[in-house]
Amino acid sequence: MDNFLLLITKPDNVPILAMLFLIPFFIWLAYKQARQTDLTGVPSDAALNDKVYVWPYLCRNEFICAIIIMLILGVWSIMIDAPLEEMSDPAKTPNPSKAPWYFLALQEMLVYFDPWIAGVVLPGLIIVGLIAIPYIDINPKGKGYYTIKERPFALAVFSFGFIVLWIVLMIVGTFLRGPGWNIFMPWEYWDPHKLVPLTNVNLSYLFGIRDDMTANFFGFAVVAGYFALGPIFYFWKLKSSKFLQELGLVRYVIVSSLFLCMMALPIKMILRLAMNVKYVWVSPWFNI
Amino acid sequence: MNEERKGLIDKITNSDIWKSIFRHGYEKTGRRYTLQVLQNVWLHLHPPRISRHALNFRFTWCMGGITFLMFLVTAVTGVLLMFYYRPVAEYAFRDVQALEFDIPFGMLLRNMHRWAAHGMVISVMLHMFRVFLTGSYKKPREFNWAVGVILLLITFFLSFTGYLLPWDQLAYWAVTVGTNMARATPVLGHEGPFAPADIITQSNDVRFALLGGTIVGPSTLLRFYILHCIAVPLVASLLMALHFWRVRKDGGISGPL
Repeated sequence: MDNFLLLITKPDNVPILAMLFLIPFFIWLAYKQARQTDLTGVPSDAALNDKVYVWPYLCRNEFICAIIIMLILGVWSIMIDAPLEEMSDPAKTPNPSKAPWYFLALQEMLVYFDPWIAGVVLPGLIIVGLIAIPYIDINPKGKGYYTIKERPFALAVFSFGFIVLWIVLMIVGTFLRGPGWNIFMPWEYWDPHKLVPLTNVNLSYLFGIRDDMTANFFGFAVVAGYFALGPIFYFWKLKSSKFLQELGLVRYVIVSSLFLCMMALPIKMILRLAMNVKYVWVSPWFNI
Repeated sequence: MNEERKGLIDKITNSDIWKSIFRHGYEKTGRRYTLQVLQNVWLHLHPPRISRHALNFRFTWCMGGITFLMFLVTAVTGVLLMFYYRPVAEYAFRDVQALEFDIPFGMLLRNMHRWAAHGMVISVMLHMFRVFLTGSYKKPREFNWAVGVILLLITFFLSFTGYLLPWDQLAYWAVTVGTNMARATPVLGHEGPFAPADIITQSNDVRFALLGGTIVGPSTLLRFYILHCIAVPLVASLLMALHFWRVRKDGGISGPL
């Protein structure tokens, strides 16, 4: 417990502590306004055509906001000193070695995927996926106001990615990952000699496949099936729907691929944590 | 007394010098409010008038503005820190120590720089969250969302390159862990899949290009310093100008219309 107190009062962890309150607060604020819109309808045009002068009304708001933020920053800077440890020493590796706090969700992915996926491919896909959002979300509703009813899928996917896969993993990485990158609960002592037996096996092994070649094909079939079966099934089910006609095949394939890539992380986490699965697909060139 | 003071103020604001600096008068009219924004280089990115709901803190969360404010704070404190810091492995850590113990308000300066940088990372993430929740990326703002995503990455990269500069254990190993990923880049990293083993080695892959060596060392420090103080802020400033300009050109802040 003492260790945990030490951890949460570390100066560099203050932002994460702040986010523990900020994120729920803003979710609540957005939810309140979304429910208001969903109950009473989108605010009428008349109220919105009401224009005000930027000077003084907007500039005043900006000024007040800037003063408040500078006050908070000033107090923060006076109260809490930036950390400075001993001089860098390439021969002395700390355990655990952690990336800066905003990259800890990425570092967390390393537990479940090899570095080329967790460190390069998935971050790349996050960037591509974020940029693609406006071009694949063809729903014209819900522009410029909070709502849930008019775009439930988009909100659910983004919120899951942002809150669970980014913020929560970041918090886990900061507060619960200790020596050897093992999970330590807040009340546990960070024992650098803690041993966690690695009993993970590949998915093909669980299915009784012992031959490398067969395992390779089995893994390929599972991964290919994961990316193909769901999208093909829904495409076949929805192919005459108006929604799919408007979305188009190209957008549909991009949306489903990006979505399945994102969901691969929680799926792999469950496979690892519940069934000790190491790799789904072992090939001579790479492992997934 | 009051009359006297008013006369004096009038005299000053009617002088040639004053009028050469501030071209608008001070009457409370829409024309003056408009001129005040249009004729001020710092304010002219704003339109003269905006819809009332754009003033609503509950709608905007003010996060974009806070991000920009944090950028300005880091720019000012960063320039001041540069007077005391040398990006050389022998000096870097000592200079940071000197900032803490010898230089008047050095600690406060460093604190402000670091906490403003952390604040910027938080506010830029919340800004993106708000823009998504209000569907503000939708037509015609698709491109500006893309610029925003790049700016988000730049914010992370600015913070990450700055993380190394104190040259202490925390900095050194955080950057080691972060840059170790690059060696697993497919094709271009020496431990990545599909990398031709006889061509891509640890002294010519992407990680080597980033670090200027096979481990984080003095040349990494110099590289990150230049990226942190010159290259990335320059790109960030250009993209921010584009981002703000596009906010206005795409119809101002989004609203239900």
